[in-house]
Amino acid sequence: MSESPIPEKTPQPDIMLPDPKKLILSASPHIQCADTVPGIMRTVLICLIPPAAASIYFFGFHAVRILLLTTLFCMAFEWICCKLAGKTSTLGDYSAALTGVLLAMNLPPGVPWWICLIGAFIAIVVAKAIYGGLGQNPFNPAAVARVALLVGFAGPMTAWVTPCQGFFPDAEKAPAAIQVHETERKPDFTTGATPLSLAKMAKTPEEIQALQTPDLLKQCFFGRTQGSLGETSALAVLIGGIALILLKIISWHIPAAMLGTTLIFTWIVSKADPSLTPGPLFHLCSGGMMLAAFFMATDMVTSPTTRRGKLIFGSSIGIIACVIRIWGGYPEGVSFAILIMNALVPLIDRICYKRPFGWHPSSAAAYTMRRGEVK
Amino acid sequence: MSTTFLAAVCVVGIIGLILGCLIAFTAKKFDVEADPKVEKVRELLPGANCGGCGFAGCADLADAIVNRGISPSRCTVISAAALKNLSAFLGVEAEEKEKMTAVVFCGGSLSRAARKAQYNGIMDCRSANVAGGGGKACAYGCIGYGCCARACPFGAIEMRDGLAVVHPEVCRGCGKCVTVCPRNLIRLVPASVKIHVYCSSADKPAARRKVCSAACISCGKCIRADGQGRVEKQENGTVRINCENPPDISLAETAGCPTGALQTEETHRAIQPISPKETQK
Amino acid sequence: MSLPPHVARFTGGIHPMDGKGLSNGITARTAPLLEKYLVPLHQNIGAPPKLTVTKGELVKKGQRIAEPGGFVSVPLHAPTSGTVGNLTEVPGVAGNTLQAVEIISDGKDEWGSGLDPIVPWQEADRKVLKQRVADGGIIGMGGAAFPAHVKLSPPPEKTIDTLIVNGAECEPYLTADHRLMLERTEAVLEGAAIAARILDVDRIFIGIEENKPDAIAAMKKAADAYGIQIVPLPVRYPQGAEKQLIFAVTGRAVATGGLPMDVGCVVQNAGTCAAIRDAVVEGHPLIERYTSVTGTPVVHPGTWIFRIGTPVKEALKLAGGVREQPAKLILGGPMMGFAQSSMDVTVTKNTSGILLLTGRETGRYLSSPCIRCGRCVSVCPMRLLPGPISVMVECENYALAEHNFVMDCMECGACTFVCPAKRPLVQHFRRAKAEINAIRRARKKH
Repeated sequence: MSESPIPEKTPQPDIMLPDPKKLILSASPHIQCADTVPGIMRTVLICLIPPAAASIYFFGFHAVRILLLTTLFCMAFEWICCKLAGKTSTLGDYSAALTGVLLAMNLPPGVPWWICLIGAFIAIVVAKAIYGGLGQNPFNPAAVARVALLVGFAGPMTAWVTPCQGFFPDAEKAPAAIQVHETERKPDFTTGATPLSLAKMAKTPEEIQALQTPDLLKQCFFGRTQGSLGETSALAVLIGGIALILLKIISWHIPAAMLGTTLIFTWIVSKADPSLTPGPLFHLCSGGMMLAAFFMATDMVTSPTTRRGKLIFGSSIGIIACVIRIWGGYPEGVSFAILIMNALVPLIDRICYKRPFGWHPSSAAAYTMRRGEVK
Repeated sequence: MSTTFLAAVCVVGIIGLILGCLIAFTAKKFDVEADPKVEKVRELLPGANCGGCGFAGCADLADAIVNRGISPSRCTVISAAALKNLSAFLGVEAEEKEKMTAVVFCGGSLSRAARKAQYNGIMDCRSANVAGGGGKACAYGCIGYGCCARACPFGAIEMRDGLAVVHPEVCRGCGKCVTVCPRNLIRLVPASVKIHVYCSSADKPAARRKVCSAACISCGKCIRADGQGRVEKQENGTVRINCENPPDISLAETAGCPTGALQTEETHRAIQPISPKETQK
Repeated sequence: MSLPPHVARFTGGIHPMDGKGLSNGITARTAPLLEKYLVPLHQNIGAPPKLTVTKGELVKKGQRIAEPGGFVSVPLHAPTSGTVGNLTEVPGVAGNTLQAVEIISDGKDEWGSGLDPIVPWQEADRKVLKQRVADGGIIGMGGAAFPAHVKLSPPPEKTIDTLIVNGAECEPYLTADHRLMLERTEAVLEGAAIAARILDVDRIFIGIEENKPDAIAAMKKAADAYGIQIVPLPVRYPQGAEKQLIFAVTGRAVATGGLPMDVGCVVQNAGTCAAIRDAVVEGHPLIERYTSVTGTPVVHPGTWIFRIGTPVKEALKLAGGVREQPAKLILGGPMMGFAQSSMDVTVTKNTSGILLLTGRETGRYLSSPCIRCGRCVSVCPMRLLPGPISVMVECENYALAEHNFVMDCMECGACTFVCPAKRPLVQHFRRAKAEINAIRRARKKH
């Protein structure tokens, strides 16, 4: 655009140029976002602090013991598996620790230490490592462990401990519906039935009604009912779960679909036959519904990738869980529902196949839609 | 009680009977006529399914041998004894076939070839080839991420000091590595030729020396030492052994190759990393 | 004038830190004349040009030094007056080696292109104008390097009704088109009008991302005289990708495997338009271009007007060198540019930027397993399944990858940017595309 003369030869010796040998050669793109897999796992762990803290608050030493044991066992098994497979240790990605904490959330506070060991073994070795480790497991490790323990060790797995701390000033008065059998001598802990097993046992509309008193619902929501570590306080799980959504670790689709279908489904059923099951609020706040909706079903590895798929996945879990709760053989069916839907994830992903930008039936001719066209 | 028991036995028995009949029926109905001769030929073939013959696998080749008159020597990996067996079974003359082996025409191991940058990406030659071509500076040499070693159905290629080397006693000459190498460095040559010039660079000789201490610099020493035209200069400047009329392996010592590009198959296979001190020299 | 366009949002896309502030406020400077230029022969997509000068020959600035090697090819021109030197080799952008011819400057910088200005072009024959674009050696200057005259020669069965000028410049860091549109507003508009005359269309749009308000204002002020509409586009990478730009401006979606001309559109880069104008109105072929030299390690980042054939080393010296050893030297933008391992690469007709990134800015790829978080799926502007496809490529199942539309991937890098497992997804796709193309070629031969 302009005529420029040859510059006078004034070589500037202080100009520093890059050393080509130190340059990195890679494919594009050359910038990446700050999120990493360990970072995501760490954030989920942090979001598990409210439910974990609530469990410690309500169950005291028992919760601390189980949280520590499962986490340690899970990390130990992960390390052993990596060593056996000749891989570098993957402890640093926090996924084993996360599985451990999630497993603890799924265990009743009264379980002995060897249940934690077996659970960790099933979660890490059976459900994850033999499939190839992180990212390859078809089923949620914590859910597999919980279900295996529930089926195999029904006794220890129903050692429900009555929360030792009260959330309300008048907490000394346990609700009438909750039968606490206390032994005569001062016990280590007292056991009782969870609200869900009471719902299972309830035969008459009156018994069902007794489960829906505002008092009990409040206790279900804030805590102080029997259940697994992560089941006692729906509020704590909700706080952690909403934090997960706000931090964009998970999308709202799976929790919303799961809780939404549970709400609608149980509302219809309880309206149709009040002697069958309590209303939707009871179902949302009791048991592992909240924990599953925010922390278990949203496990990235074992949930669909598309938004539509997530909605199908979440709502199916909601329905299956309610069906098991109301008509099935177990008082709680969320873990079973998660496993069933985990198995269907590849199918859901296939159904919810996104059509590429600019796809329309006539353009399919430009492409060979059949497999095996290219060798 | 006994009736329930009986009923259960009956029901299960009947279901079993029905299913059994169904299986028998489908087996008859959808039976594929297998030519016993094809079966036998397939058994006599190596069964590596390497695809070196150009057919989809050993079964495909067996079918072609029996029904289309393809010569059994089409199988590139079959041993001489097995070929004799197979030919005897087919009643054809066993063809004398020269055993071929793969040779990686590059001596630029990690400690010999200069680095141009730090490669960060998929550790696979074909993938590296679409992202700048790996870390070594030579644009013609072995990238060193082991595409060929992974492709070899017999495990004959080993990665030593970032260079693919072939173990000729394991190599069966199927040619799979030849097709996967993105730099086209691997050729099939008669296994009897044990000396080669291990460099394929088409750069100018001076530029080759700059990027690799083991490069052939086209000095012509080996051509002169041989003096009988058994070592030839090719169009792009690289030097090759004439495989039809190879020189004796002693040429590797007598020629006095300044870079060591001319070497025996044995020394190439046993390539060792050289210490950084030596590299600087 | 047709109805104002609606801006349609494409699905997906990302918002990387744009880094344009380093250089977007600095007026472009003309690079001083060098003693020697190394002009690579094969800068365009299509056939390589054939050299027509020999060593020792005297050439004038803008004189043709290579003939097009076919229809999809362009001629080359001397970047300055002087003597033809050796035919050597320079490293190419993609890690290959390119033949390049040396032009040794005589310092006079005398024009002698042999191309007369076509004025007024409004009355000139369309064929003459198109021939001039071809003679000007003009290729897509946004990065694609596709010969411009081929784009302006749609087959007769396609009706073209819209010309879209791509001024989106959605790549982070780059400001070459931004400065060009600010400083050579009239040239871009006039070039667009010439291209529209060649195509015989009257719907002309210029799409500019909203992060360049000054360029939008300048363009809007001058555009009415040419009957051109300025379309401010939302800031989202890759807004400047051809198919996404057409969709944003016209609402038309180019079919998978299709071309813009299938929906009646032709897209030209803003820089290409200015080059078309120079070739027609001034009779100057494409021998220089706007290029950003930027990045945090660069001492004086900015935009320069470089002659084609300027070695990157010289360009970096002009920008004052670097403050610290960069981790990456990139030709093009950070999302789609090519990492370099040598400073002997040269500025070619499609070099929109020379970018240096520090180790803190650039990422390291790990081949860690996919955790199926689905972020790649949600950001893919082509609505593909990047994560699953990358696994298919890892298993070398190219049939399945093709079935999942890997050939529609434009390598924008959005998926790889968001991947928390830092998987080199684009590299997988690039390999898959190369393998599938090779298989298709082999099949065609049979």
